[in-house]
Amino acid sequence: MTEHTLAVDQLKTWFFTEDGVVKAVDDASFHVDRGEVLGLVGESGSGKSVTGFSILGLVNPPGRITGGAIRFKGKDIANAPERELTRLRGARIAMIFQDPMMTLNPVLRIDTQLTEAILAHEKVSAKAALDRARQALELVGIPSAAERLKAYPHQFSGGMRQRVAIATAILNRPDLIIADEPTTALDVTIQSQIINVVQDLCRENGTSLVWITHDLTVIAGLADRICVMYAGKIVEQGGVDEVLDDPRHPYTEGLIGSVPSRNKKGEPLHQIRGMTPSLLNTGEGCLFADRCDFALETCVRETPGVTRTAQGRSFRCFNPRPQIHGK
Amino acid sequence: MTRAMEKNSPAMRLVRQYMKSKVAVAGLLGFAFIVVVAVFAPVLSPQDPYDLAQLDIMDSLLKPGEISMDGMPYILGTDDQGRDILSGIMYGLRTSLGVGALSAFFALIIGSSLGLVSAYFGGRTDAFIMRVVDLQLSFPPILVALVLMAILGQGVDKIIIALIIVQWAYYARTIRSTALVETRKEYIEAAACLALSNMRIVFRHLLPNCVPPMIVVVTVRVAAAISLEATLSFLGIGLPVTEPSLGLLISNGFEYMLSGRYWISFFPGMALLFAIVSINLVGDHLRDILNPRLQK
Amino acid sequence: MIVFILRRLWQSGFVLLTMSVIVFVGVYAVGNPVDILISPEADQIEIDRATRALGLDKPLYEQYWIFLKNAVKGDLGSSFVYNEPALKVIFQRMPATLELAFTAMFFAVVLGIPLGMYAGLNSDTFIGRTIMSGSILGFSLPTFWVGLMFIMLFAVILGWLPSGGRGETVEVLGMQFSFLSADGLKHLVLPAMNLALFKLSLTIRLARSGVRECMVMDYIKFARAKGLSKTRIIGVHLLKNILIPVITVLGLELGALIAFAVVTETVFSWPGMGKLIIDSIGVLDRPIIVAYLLIISLMFVLINFIVDILYSVLDPRVRLQDFKS
Repeated sequence: MTEHTLAVDQLKTWFFTEDGVVKAVDDASFHVDRGEVLGLVGESGSGKSVTGFSILGLVNPPGRITGGAIRFKGKDIANAPERELTRLRGARIAMIFQDPMMTLNPVLRIDTQLTEAILAHEKVSAKAALDRARQALELVGIPSAAERLKAYPHQFSGGMRQRVAIATAILNRPDLIIADEPTTALDVTIQSQIINVVQDLCRENGTSLVWITHDLTVIAGLADRICVMYAGKIVEQGGVDEVLDDPRHPYTEGLIGSVPSRNKKGEPLHQIRGMTPSLLNTGEGCLFADRCDFALETCVRETPGVTRTAQGRSFRCFNPRPQIHGK
Repeated sequence: MTRAMEKNSPAMRLVRQYMKSKVAVAGLLGFAFIVVVAVFAPVLSPQDPYDLAQLDIMDSLLKPGEISMDGMPYILGTDDQGRDILSGIMYGLRTSLGVGALSAFFALIIGSSLGLVSAYFGGRTDAFIMRVVDLQLSFPPILVALVLMAILGQGVDKIIIALIIVQWAYYARTIRSTALVETRKEYIEAAACLALSNMRIVFRHLLPNCVPPMIVVVTVRVAAAISLEATLSFLGIGLPVTEPSLGLLISNGFEYMLSGRYWISFFPGMALLFAIVSINLVGDHLRDILNPRLQK
Repeated sequence: MIVFILRRLWQSGFVLLTMSVIVFVGVYAVGNPVDILISPEADQIEIDRATRALGLDKPLYEQYWIFLKNAVKGDLGSSFVYNEPALKVIFQRMPATLELAFTAMFFAVVLGIPLGMYAGLNSDTFIGRTIMSGSILGFSLPTFWVGLMFIMLFAVILGWLPSGGRGETVEVLGMQFSFLSADGLKHLVLPAMNLALFKLSLTIRLARSGVRECMVMDYIKFARAKGLSKTRIIGVHLLKNILIPVITVLGLELGALIAFAVVTETVFSWPGMGKLIIDSIGVLDRPIIVAYLLIISLMFVLINFIVDILYSVLDPRVRLQDFKS
């Protein structure tokens, strides 16, 4: 079996603040294969963005990776030297950020910001780089690409800027793209366009994609597999259809239930009671326990380990929801 | 215990945060020291350097540590007229701090009033006042002071007037921008709804909330005022020769420096430095901890 | 863009006019200039004659009008002391002051920006913190005192550099410049550094706070995610962003530098406009005072104007906004 493109193994990224330790990512394990789309789902504060940054080594102090491995094509890069990470970033692993307004430098032209991503990794002529930049813009569907290259970020709309960000990500044909909520700040119509663009590109090039979001509906249509994160831990994992049709973890169930479209008209919206817990100085016990309708006494005392079932599904729960579809 | 003294009131939190920086605390202590010396100069100084009867020309240009004709040691030496440098410094500090504080005080009152009025009433009043402020602030203080001294002539009161005119615009501008932010806030609307008179709103409600940034501006400006006065006196267009001034002492000693008699300029200079740096350290640190943008 | 320029020109003209009124009223109307020129024993007839000769018997507004007319022609009166047209005396001294001011600005920028950026990027290191403390000292210390210390240290104790004066000059285009000769350079270094100190500290602090604000921005993180080298991120992305506020502030401060040269020139006996004005105030040589103040105001207005244009060129957001309006 060929190796996974990305295999994250028991990753721990903790923040050492003045007030204590925040375990933003605690013991997360997942993998993505070539051409696969993995959806990383969770509320804000669940640790999904930090996971994305950890993979690229972009976690800022006071946070750092305190344990686990991040295997990119077999090689562990969790504690790799900065020089090596710089070589990988933008070339083999690319990232798309959430807020298109802030990710482009306002005082530099678009062509500069695109070509520098190429020139940082390859020795090509300026003209060749410019050509590739133009092609990338065309691929993401930006009209009159040659002219737009000379423009500044503030002359683009939000959707356009995000396309530029995507173009930047695909410039060097990376093996892995990590997209951190790339459509959250955009209109719904633009959202679907962006999703289509990314999907097509990944399919054509066999690029692996980790799509981080809080929006289940996006994941349902886009991802092959899904990881549900809560309070720094991955509470459920598996094929997207299986998980969404047959959730085992109470949180996943609650999440699915609170999506408006899934309810019949007239029925009250399901809500998960309570609030996301603080991740500061947490102790033992399942962090979802006080919001869970099915919590047992064990749940408060002990932290649930990972239970694996067939077909690559897993979850962390002492009292999982019953299986609906056989096996 | 009054509210200000409660453990977690904003004032106490500020004090605690301030204490975290050793450098800033040192600055504060330094400043306190200077103030004490300045206030008690007549009592502390061994000689009144401006009382001609106490001077002896035979004692002129003595090096630091030499003894006078009647057995008194001149710790920091004497100048060309036999004046004890140490005493000169003490009286000089007194004058410098006095001038600086007085001018800052009046400039603060004038500037704050105008700034508050400008912010609260807005419209044409605001535009006019701010136009004047901008005009004045676009010229460097030294130039404004130069012009004023050229027009007014010499004298302690003239210098104070000049310093007031130089400073008020800074206060006006700062308090106006703070007040503008505050005016938008709801508690002002609430007060207006209660039909309180404009004056009352401006002074009782608006003013206290504008204090933090003003503290920073005041410290910086006082230091700048002291520096400016010393500079003007050094150049000969500041305080008259009859008034003790550190700037004047320094300028007196200038010509003697090249022949190695450094103490006449050096020590007064160090004293001036000490005063200004202390105040700036305090102001700088206050600015850092009061700056909302740098709060993590 | 044109509208922008015209608007600024109109504002500048207004400022100049106001200044001329203030200067005129302040200098000519306050006190009686005749008194210093005539010996105290002069009788009334002589005083009257001198008064009429100087045009001081006419009503104030008429005097101002004559003054304005002459000023536009370039005639700002003759110096009482030098017996030459005031403008000419000032222009003779101007190159010296400008040379000093520009050299000081050069030092402030070339040293200040790198030091400030370093302090911003390495704010927790010893060197970083030293730079910051140094900058506090830099703007606290009164310039004249620093000048004295420079002289004491470098001229008296170490004997490396001269203690004053301008040294050899080389003539270019009819003006004297000292940085073109080795001896001139030796004389230029200390006063220029002295004048630069305040601005240097300001630049360091500006650069540092600019760096600290920009470092946490998302586009820096994105640049890292693209795999750009640290050199490029700092040298291009960061630098261009902090250059804008730094240059605007410095540009505005150039005028202040020229004004502040007054102190440095006095300490170092540098034969520029500044020393001239101090001496002139002392003897109440009013034409010189008026001429100096007007020239300085003109320079200020001009500098502000140029900086505004420059700012819109550097910051594309400002430039394009004006285009639309």
